[in-house]
Amino acid sequence: MLDLINYVLLTLIALIMLFPFLYVVAVSFSSYTEYMQSEFMLFPKKWVFDAYRFIFVSDAFVRSLWVTALITVIGTLVNLAFTASFAYALSRPVIGGKPVTFLVLFSMLFNAGMIPTYLVVKETGLMNSIWAMILPVAIAPFYLIVMRQFFQSIPSELHEAAHIDGANDLQSFWRIILPLSKPSLAAFGLFYAVAHWNNYFTAILYMNDPKWWPIQTFLRQIVVVNEAQTSLANGQILLENAPPAETIQMAAIIVATVPILVVYPFLQKHFAKGVMLGSVKG
Amino acid sequence: MPSGTRASSARSGTQRIRVRIWKDRYLLLLGLPGLVYFLVYKYAPMFGLYLAFIDFNPFQGILKSEWVGLDQFKRIFEDTEVIRVLWNTLYLSFLQIVFAFPAPILFALMLNEVRNQLYKRLVQSIVYLPHFLSWVVVVGIWIMFFRGEGLVNVFLRETFGWEAIPFMTDPSFFKPMVVTQVIWKEAGWGTIIFLAALAGVNPNLYEAAVIDGASRMRQIWHITLPAIRSTIVIMLILRLGTVLDSGFEQVFLMLNPFNEDTQNVLDTYVFYKGIQQSDYSFATAVGMFKGVVGLVLVMAANQVAKRFGEQGVY
Repeated sequence: MLDLINYVLLTLIALIMLFPFLYVVAVSFSSYTEYMQSEFMLFPKKWVFDAYRFIFVSDAFVRSLWVTALITVIGTLVNLAFTASFAYALSRPVIGGKPVTFLVLFSMLFNAGMIPTYLVVKETGLMNSIWAMILPVAIAPFYLIVMRQFFQSIPSELHEAAHIDGANDLQSFWRIILPLSKPSLAAFGLFYAVAHWNNYFTAILYMNDPKWWPIQTFLRQIVVVNEAQTSLANGQILLENAPPAETIQMAAIIVATVPILVVYPFLQKHFAKGVMLGSVKG
Repeated sequence: MPSGTRASSARSGTQRIRVRIWKDRYLLLLGLPGLVYFLVYKYAPMFGLYLAFIDFNPFQGILKSEWVGLDQFKRIFEDTEVIRVLWNTLYLSFLQIVFAFPAPILFALMLNEVRNQLYKRLVQSIVYLPHFLSWVVVVGIWIMFFRGEGLVNVFLRETFGWEAIPFMTDPSFFKPMVVTQVIWKEAGWGTIIFLAALAGVNPNLYEAAVIDGASRMRQIWHITLPAIRSTIVIMLILRLGTVLDSGFEQVFLMLNPFNEDTQNVLDTYVFYKGIQQSDYSFATAVGMFKGVVGLVLVMAANQVAKRFGEQGVY
């Protein structure tokens, strides 16, 4: 009996998580006439692509997608390069290792705040540059620590064997350690990539030129600030024939989320493995 | 292989360091990007905290602006807006701890009772997803539902004939909506750590309990709950340590001209004062205040966790 209640409740909760999506998808595919007639629908009788066509014709929107893809790819590569190399250096008995590790840990507990960080980014000349979205967040301290623990769990025999074969630290890192850490790199790479794709606020701080806005910042204009048709329209002609604003908003939400959905099965495979790998061993 | 012990006692301290640096040169090279990152983007900004102690005048520049000591911090306690903002932050955190913190625990308990592994994994797949959505998408969908002509109001109007409820503009709905969004987005993902703890429970305990005639509820009470007690305690204490954090990105999206007068939280206030109004000194002081208090809270929380016999975060 309790089992039944449990199943019912869980199914209800799962539906509550799912339903908003289904509604958004439904509205995004609904036609002008249907939208005007009935606003409470779950399944449009006729599926049209007007809203999607409007979005993809919009130069601003497509450009924003490209900008975001660029930031995500470059950003993730920078993330992994910085994080893996630093984590490895900190995992070995290196001179200065202990104080630097302390510095890293302390920075997790206390940061100077939004204004000083903003001023530093400004003074390093990153305003209005893609690099403002990438460099200030190059390393996530938590992933650094987990990766370091993973590297520390590699048996020292391996290092000794490499050393005997004449490899220096750089070579053993590149040829031996990195290939061993593929699961970790994949997991953190995915997490970093998702974070880049979902980032909206950094652009509000540092990107004054809307040409360089990533997709979530742009989406905010469309959905939160509620300027769906004007943000997207290439010109007056387009504006006159625009589909209902709400369908555009829904379509934009779906497009901004599809990459996450595509990547989601891989995320699922990795987040149990890759993240726990470091913390369990530590 | 000892590196010539007799010889090194003849070397000076700096020579030893130089030898060591040369020996570690590749590791130092590897660690250089990371080190530079932390120095530039985590520690250099700390010099900016100097702004909190001056009355920054953009015409005079940082170095020539007048030193005012703790005046900016005094302003924190005298400014009614800061006090309200502080209150909002704490109250929001309180609501989150009361409502959003237990949600993943209950959820994990429910999931743990499911025998059918396929169904369990299906539900998990669905409920983990909102965690990976951006806040813009979550708040955006929320706005679509709850605005004047959104789905909720249309439903209420067509079913009950009610007038539209101003969910998004009436300030009294603000905090409950923020907390509900957090639950929708994070309750599923939050179950992971509790399910991991539950997976470690010895199944023999359950078998023994069944033999002793314990009902399901009694089993949960005496076996399951104690198993996650330490996880709950640690998570709760750590959550208390971050009580001044309030989900800036989420709140920022929910603020609009109708509720921003009353619903700002600490971080959004720092943004408005500092970035938009360029009151650098005051905003830096408020931010520093939050950072210092946060640090003290986290350290205290960690100590308390250790006293409870748990490991602590560091």
